[in-house]
Amino acid sequence: MIGVAFGVVAGIGGFTFIYAKGYSYLTNDPAACANCHVMREQFDGWVKSSHRAVAGCNDCHTPPGFVGKYYTKARNGFWHSFYFTTGGFHEPIRINEFNHKVTESACRSCHQQVVQAIEGAHAELGGELSCTRCHSNVGHYTHGD
Amino acid sequence: MADEEKATVKERPSRWRGLRLIVLTGLITLLASVAGVALLVNILQRKEEARNPFYRVVELTDETEDPEVWGKNFPFQYDGYKRTVDQVRTRYGGSEAEPHTPSAADPRSFVSQSRLQEDPRLKTMWAGYAFSRDFREERGHAYMLSDQIYTERQQAVQQPGTCIHCHASVYVGYKRAGNGDLMKGFEHFNKMPFMEAKNSFKHPVSCIDCHDPRTMQLRVTRPGFLEGIQALASSDDPVPNMQSVERWRQGNRQEPYDVNKLASRQEMRAFVCGQCHVEYYFKGTEKRLTYPWFKGLKVEQIMAYYDEQQFKDWEHKESGAPALKAQHPEFEMWNQGIHARSGVACADCHMPYTRVGGLKISDHHVRSPLLNINNACQTCHKWPEAELRARVETIQTRTFRMRNIAMDALVQLINDIKAARAQGKTDQELAQARDFQRRAQFYLDFVEAENSTGFHADQEAVRILGESVNFSRLGQLSLRGGVPPQPAGPPPAPVATPSH
Repeated sequence: MIGVAFGVVAGIGGFTFIYAKGYSYLTNDPAACANCHVMREQFDGWVKSSHRAVAGCNDCHTPPGFVGKYYTKARNGFWHSFYFTTGGFHEPIRINEFNHKVTESACRSCHQQVVQAIEGAHAELGGELSCTRCHSNVGHYTHGD
Repeated sequence: MADEEKATVKERPSRWRGLRLIVLTGLITLLASVAGVALLVNILQRKEEARNPFYRVVELTDETEDPEVWGKNFPFQYDGYKRTVDQVRTRYGGSEAEPHTPSAADPRSFVSQSRLQEDPRLKTMWAGYAFSRDFREERGHAYMLSDQIYTERQQAVQQPGTCIHCHASVYVGYKRAGNGDLMKGFEHFNKMPFMEAKNSFKHPVSCIDCHDPRTMQLRVTRPGFLEGIQALASSDDPVPNMQSVERWRQGNRQEPYDVNKLASRQEMRAFVCGQCHVEYYFKGTEKRLTYPWFKGLKVEQIMAYYDEQQFKDWEHKESGAPALKAQHPEFEMWNQGIHARSGVACADCHMPYTRVGGLKISDHHVRSPLLNINNACQTCHKWPEAELRARVETIQTRTFRMRNIAMDALVQLINDIKAARAQGKTDQELAQARDFQRRAQFYLDFVEAENSTGFHADQEAVRILGESVNFSRLGQLSLRGGVPPQPAGPPPAPVATPSH
């Protein structure tokens, strides 16, 4: 009985996973992020952006390291599935606090030298400077951002 | 006996525990499978939607006027289009449904609020003109035809058939009347009385007015704009945000500027709206609808054109001034603002892109961006809705204050001319003051009649109002025998006061 129940769930889950190209989310291919339509504009913007040559989605939107990367993917994957299925999310879509931090540290990791010079000079702010507040369109220029 | 009891006591909890485990597992797997299936179905639906942006269930031709037929192929766009019946107020605009007792002359059961009641100074401004009799807040596109048929202005004076140009879906009717020639059909109806012309048209603005039925590309179908934009292209007023016009100007100009061939897709997202949301007048006895853009789109260029044509809408009843009525120069005003300069078209804010399932469509519920701030503004401006609303309302409040100052100044000038006239001053003695009234009034109305309370070009709107105040005060000075200093900038050519 329990076996049957688990079988059904695993079957549905597995089918959904393959049908929705769930495995593509385990890769580094930026096209995967546009699977669910809602990030089409961001993907299109990235294709034309200056960062395209040096960074894909995962480079800025997941932290380095295997555990951090897949934890972030799993966490976002769950909430994206939840909100896209149930509806009721803010449009145009916006980055949340957790993911914003991930991106901010990605900026700092590649642009260390520049950032150190800036943040060193503004140490009194306690690291509250935000790169994307001014450079919001370097990754993907969607309509005006 | 005691041992037996012990045994049952021991057995019971383990049986319960087993049952509970089964029920709990069942519940969890139930929830998990429901969530899994819900996700699956959702993904399936989005994939299907993305596969076919639309299904062609009916054939659309260049004769298909009825929007309901188009709606069969484009149900999401049609749903939005139908919602233009909504009446919602914003702080300075929008309309409110007021109950109205239907009569034989006016069967409407709802109308919008009367602007004349809200601000009686408008009656003074338009004294002797049909607008002083009935002027209500504009409503959504759905009402454009019926509101024009039943306004009391129709009873005040016979309106020309020209009005139908922007109060109905005219493309098919014009072509039919002109035996396939749009321009001939246009001329045919201009000469007719409105009440007769209206019988040839059924729908308010419809799909075919802006879309090519075969390709869905935007296209301009209204003769007024086709001719108006040619006149603008031939002028030397810089229009940096209309790149196709600037390019045409650099060419040999052997063929007139053809908007449907040369304009970019983004330009068309403003031009199709500019087909009607403009300043205009009826030229000559044939009442040809004309957009006064021969010198440019700015208020002083339009004024100079009217002066050159010696055109007046009517003679002001109280002062005898050759007065002008500004219509709704949204297109002209937007062109002076920062959004136009940045390449933002009307449709970007009034019909913003919206997601319907897996589809991205432009919202055909045309309305104030203030009623749709997230899609209209936040795509570009990443601030909270309340902050964006506050920014817009700050601009509008400042404009509205300035408008009130200009309105008071104008009413004072009109009263002064009226008094001077009663004292027996001659037409010649009053000519200069009347000319200043003509200017003050047109400039004020250019902002007053424009549907954004200054937002489309905030500094320009306040500049125009500032000049209006100046004209009113100069007019008053001229009555007091002072030699008025010339207004700043190139002085406007004096208009000949028609004899009366």
